Amino acid sequence: MLKQLFILLVFPGFLFLLTSGLLAEFIDRRLYARLQNRQGPPWFQPLADFIKLLGKEDIVPQEADTTVFRLMPLVALSATVAAFFYIPLWGTEAMFSFNGDIIVVLYLLMLPTLCFFLGGWYSRSVFSSIGAVRVLTQLFAYEVPLFICILASSLLANTWSLSGMAAFYSKHPGYWLFNLIGFGIAFISLLGKLEKVPFDIPEAETEIVAGSFTEYSGRLLAFFRLTIDIELIVGTSLLAAVFLPFGFGVGPYIGFVIYILKVLLLVALVSLSRTIFARLRIDQMINLCWKYLAPLAFLQVLLNLIAKGVMVK
Amino acid sequence: MPDPRDVRVPIGPQHPALKEPESFLITLRGEKITSVNIRMGYNHRGIEKACEERTYIQDLYLIERVCGICSHAHSTCFVQAVEEIAGLEIPARAKYIRTLIAELERVHSHLLWLGVAGHEIGFDTLLMYTWRDREVVMDLLASITGNRVNYGINTIGGVRRDLDASQIEETLKAMDILEERTKYYVGIAQEEITLKKRLSGVGKLSYEDALRFGAVGPTGRASGVARDVRRDDPYAAYAEINFNVITDNHCDVYGRTVVRLKELLEAFSIIRQLLKKFPDGPIVVKAPRKIPAGETVSRYEAPRGEDLHYVRANGTEKPERVKVRAPTLANVQAVSHMLEDGYLADMPIVVAAIDPCFSCTDRMSLVSNLDNHRTDVLPWEVLRRRGIEHYKKQGVDFSVLNKKLANVLGK
Repeated sequence: MLKQLFILLVFPGFLFLLTSGLLAEFIDRRLYARLQNRQGPPWFQPLADFIKLLGKEDIVPQEADTTVFRLMPLVALSATVAAFFYIPLWGTEAMFSFNGDIIVVLYLLMLPTLCFFLGGWYSRSVFSSIGAVRVLTQLFAYEVPLFICILASSLLANTWSLSGMAAFYSKHPGYWLFNLIGFGIAFISLLGKLEKVPFDIPEAETEIVAGSFTEYSGRLLAFFRLTIDIELIVGTSLLAAVFLPFGFGVGPYIGFVIYILKVLLLVALVSLSRTIFARLRIDQMINLCWKYLAPLAFLQVLLNLIAKGVMVK
Repeated sequence: MPDPRDVRVPIGPQHPALKEPESFLITLRGEKITSVNIRMGYNHRGIEKACEERTYIQDLYLIERVCGICSHAHSTCFVQAVEEIAGLEIPARAKYIRTLIAELERVHSHLLWLGVAGHEIGFDTLLMYTWRDREVVMDLLASITGNRVNYGINTIGGVRRDLDASQIEETLKAMDILEERTKYYVGIAQEEITLKKRLSGVGKLSYEDALRFGAVGPTGRASGVARDVRRDDPYAAYAEINFNVITDNHCDVYGRTVVRLKELLEAFSIIRQLLKKFPDGPIVVKAPRKIPAGETVSRYEAPRGEDLHYVRANGTEKPERVKVRAPTLANVQAVSHMLEDGYLADMPIVVAAIDPCFSCTDRMSLVSNLDNHRTDVLPWEVLRRRGIEHYKKQGVDFSVLNKKLANVLGK
């Protein structure tokens, strides 16, 4: 019981996620700044921002639905943290796993986006509402390719559990190379999920101020920002577990280092794409997802079906 | 009766996309803009009226502060008008220095615009890069004129500071750096996919519409209107310089970007030619304090387009009337046409693409009494009295101070 609580709250649970999330935000911001020829913030900046926001006043707009408005940041945060427990990190076994946990993880990762929508929608301000609608529109665009890619990868492994997939791919080294197209698509979808440039359409500052978060302030905003940081860790961990499944059988210490390296690589890729792209328009984003990403994701499924028939007996 | 599907979004007077207070009331259907209502007048500073209260030399510094970016444009345009009325012929070296500062200003203004455009489409890297490079030309301007923004180099009858050989050397070196950087940005504009996607086909303004709305500067030239005061009505040293008037037929924001980038390259070539031909001699001729009666219109190609000043002198130390028509006033008419049927996401970049400067544009806002459709024209004294009463009501009273000041001056 005590051990389980330790896992949930300290390592690799909430406290670990909090630290790594804030660190990931720092790395992202610092790298972004260095790539733009700027100095960038010091390492404690994300933590300082978080503490500062915690100390500020919570302002709930008069017209907003108070319950939903206050609840959404917490739901988003807890859903993101919960998703983390089913992802295998440095061993083939996640902390908790059962057959079908892929669906649960994907569902839990969808919840924060829905919370952004509801929080923005019930703020009842023009900018929040437009931001909220954009959140939902964008969700329908990137979620389908992301699901198909991850399911294609599980198809090859013939399992519905992330731990099972990790076990399969570490037993058949090199098989993950089949999923490279899927990896690319999933990464692009992850950018959409994290609302990073070129897909930061829902919070496009120059158009709709801060989108869904326009009316949020103080502690509630702090929790939303923490959710996005933690989502960065959980999302990259998921991609690392599904599409970069190597280095699992080398013991906990080296395995941990390899895991951190994978996450760092993906965070660096996120910063890089933030640096080199301009923000797309919502219609261009939907076009991209449905015209190119979704068909490519189906190609991945086809590829994996063939590979499964030929190679995995 | 408004359609229930329509959403009205107030962009401004305070909004992150706008650098100055201005109101764009946008009616949206989904993400599409159905109509735009532009209201200006949040930035009125009464500069034209203030000019009438001051001498020509004082006006020069006031006029320079019409705009923070094209300050040299306004001051040169004004001083040209005054010199024309006074019948002054300024020395050749002064003309060259004025032209040099004008082109350096164009370089810094266009680089600034490129950064702002990048920011409006969420491409902050471009903003950081161009503004870093802009520092090169800002430092140069500071070294030549002593100031980064309001250069204060013009005076009636010439310029106030001369250039020495080391500054010419420094300028030529800076031009090499900037030319290399600008070519890199041209490369980005030609190759970067998301940038092209966001700029192409956005804010369409056909050749006919550009003429109809009277678009000037890069906005007009990007729609194929080959108008440039520097060539059509040469002032300063432009008659002795070879340069091309850049036009483009994309007719959209992408075209405006291309025009500005090519104008940057053109500006470097102009600056090199100027420095090669730099004549010797005095930099200023003596100007009278009292300008003889007369009136004139002066034109100047500012980085944003044609700038126009009207000055009427009545033989005293102070002008009778000064009228400033900043390029934004000519271009802003086309904005609501460009925005219609566009996306909300394109609104910031379409507005930014004319390189607006609203504080230059705001002259007077006529607020009519909407209830009984009555408008009043108030004389200056009445306005002044109303102003004093308004502040008295808020507890601000200068009348005691004014009396004390009058006593001191009287003694």
